[in-house]
Amino acid sequence: MPLAKINQVSGTAVYVPGDDIDTDRIIPARFMKCVTFDGLGEYLFHDVRFDEQGRKKDHSLNDDKFVDSSIMLSGKNFGCGSSREHAPQSLYRAGFRAIIAGNFAEIFFGNSINLGIPCVGMDAEDRASLAQWVEANAETQVTVDVDLLQVRAGNLTLPCEMRAGARDSLLNGAWDPLDELLSVSSEVDQVAKQLNYV
Amino acid sequence: MTPKNLFQKVWEAHSVKALSNGQTQLFVGRHLIHEVTSPQAFGMLREKGLPVRYPERTFATVDHIVPTNESSEPYSDPLADAMIKELRKNCEDFGVTFFDVSTGKQGIVHVVGPEQGLTQPGMTIACGDSHTSTHGAFGAIAFGIGTSQVRDLLATQTMALGKLKVRRIEVNGDLAPGVYAKDVILHIIRKLGVNGGTGYAYEYAGDVFDRFTMEERMTVCNMSIEGGARAGYVNPDETTFEYIKGRPYAPKGDDWEKAVENWRSFASDEGCDYDDIISIRAQEIPPTVTWGINPGQAIGVDESIPSPDKVAEDEKAGTVEALEYMKLTPGIPLEGTPIDVAFVGSCTNGRISDLEEVAKHLNGQKVKDGVHAIVVPGSQIVSQMAVEKGLDKVFINAGFEWRAAGCSMCLAMNPDKLIGDQLCASSSNRNFKGRQGSPTGRTMLMSPVMVAAAAITGQITDARKVFQN
Ligand code: SF4
Repeated sequence: MPLAKINQVSGTAVYVPGDDIDTDRIIPARFMKCVTFDGLGEYLFHDVRFDEQGRKKDHSLNDDKFVDSSIMLSGKNFGCGSSREHAPQSLYRAGFRAIIAGNFAEIFFGNSINLGIPCVGMDAEDRASLAQWVEANAETQVTVDVDLLQVRAGNLTLPCEMRAGARDSLLNGAWDPLDELLSVSSEVDQVAKQLNYV
Repeated sequence: MTPKNLFQKVWEAHSVKALSNGQTQLFVGRHLIHEVTSPQAFGMLREKGLPVRYPERTFATVDHIVPTNESSEPYSDPLADAMIKELRKNCEDFGVTFFDVSTGKQGIVHVVGPEQGLTQPGMTIACGDSHTSTHGAFGAIAFGIGTSQVRDLLATQTMALGKLKVRRIEVNGDLAPGVYAKDVILHIIRKLGVNGGTGYAYEYAGDVFDRFTMEERMTVCNMSIEGGARAGYVNPDETTFEYIKGRPYAPKGDDWEKAVENWRSFASDEGCDYDDIISIRAQEIPPTVTWGINPGQAIGVDESIPSPDKVAEDEKAGTVEALEYMKLTPGIPLEGTPIDVAFVGSCTNGRISDLEEVAKHLNGQKVKDGVHAIVVPGSQIVSQMAVEKGLDKVFINAGFEWRAAGCSMCLAMNPDKLIGDQLCASSSNRNFKGRQGSPTGRTMLMSPVMVAAAAITGQITDARKVFQN
């Protein structure tokens, strides 16, 4: 099945404040005891959403206004820490289809693109105006336009950025590289042979 | 020929072709897997009906979920039990070598690879685990990857990757007494920041690295990822070859000389280009301890907890958040901060030399009442070597718990966890909120000897004052 071309993502957004949000925060390690990714959505940001007795804490992801959101807005260095794909998987399974942040940790970024989740970078000032807008307009759609590299929300049109190769792969429906990797089997054998591994 | 750095040489030797998304299809010589990030990848292979392309290039072990205080299966945690069984089955079904618990070779994947001689210079290595950068200590280019890439590797032995820039970090001069490899990397991250390495591979070089043992080099390369770098390496030299020689998967007989010659050729050439060069004076590096919630929030042991008023504008919010989480008061000395738990272990500092160094200092001293101290060897082989040297007794006599090999308290996927807001002096690599299993648990990262000093005094202390032998 050919992959979808991802030109833009639209949906309501939620603001999760904070810089350096690491993958342990996105999905605490104890929830990675699983052999499939299926149930991960439930545990997204678990420890900041629930206290030790399992009661809901004051957090935007617990706010009824934002339950259906599919775009997440956050701070700098989002997704730092571990290489666990469980992090983007839990975002995906909780319904998120695009992430806007100051910038992204590399492995997280790559893992997300592989799942077809655009991750766009935006400068601090624009993030602040967007955050304000999102708080005031929880029910209105935001569009992350991968093609034009802009985020549109109400009257706001804000520039955003994404590495060219990643953007192309989303636009061309080539964000999961497996088919292309599988297509050159003999060249792979060739490289394997030339390497002097003993 | 234009001189090249090691990264460029390894990259070129392993490039298959340019992909349509601008990345490179890179051949990966060795693929290491563990129970947490591989089951879903095998699941994807089954879904697509694909075999493992080169099963002899993938090696498995189990580390994150193994309980370190119970050895018989089934494990009391049914989820952990399901994960080890799943890995066993996947390895059997797809023909992958598994260093299972019963083989005596099990351990943390980044301890096992080098120990078995699987990690060699000039290789590309990948593993679904961010601390794969550890293997760079051998002059390999080693990447931590996500599960979809684990699938790509199993199916094709290649993955899609963008080329990195290379930053050479030179540390010249002599380290002060009581300053270890762990302090060197904590200091580098403190200076360059937790995302200072984005887009880079780090080449570590200079006097200090030339003199370091392989295990010290591994400690530094291990935490490259904490500095945001995708990989970190040290050029291979005699120390490297000496370490590999004679290990189970090391080249043997006539192959050995050929291999060494080949490995040597991968070292960065004299006069090659780097995208960036940074120089650090070894003398400047203090015993370093993290006080906050990311590994860059670190200070020298004789410094005071930072005050939000005194840090750069863009670090203010992070500092306030960290102080609040860590329940620390700005301006007070770091030394004297009481601890509850002491952990010696992990893929950063759970090797035999780490245990030997701590044991050498313990010398009859006792863990302070009320401190829970555990020591967890990085692998079964480390454990066995330690027992042969009698180190287990030294630890036990000092009041440490002696455990079986695994990731243990480095992260919360097994029974070893902090409780409530306990503060742990830890030789591991991450101090993120909740990392050690309690959502309010607190972690301070430091060298293993500093962990031991904290265990003995019950508070963060400059180890040089505690161990004056
Ligand atoms: S010891 Fe810690 S960092 Fe290393 S592999 Fe295990 S969990 Fe990861």
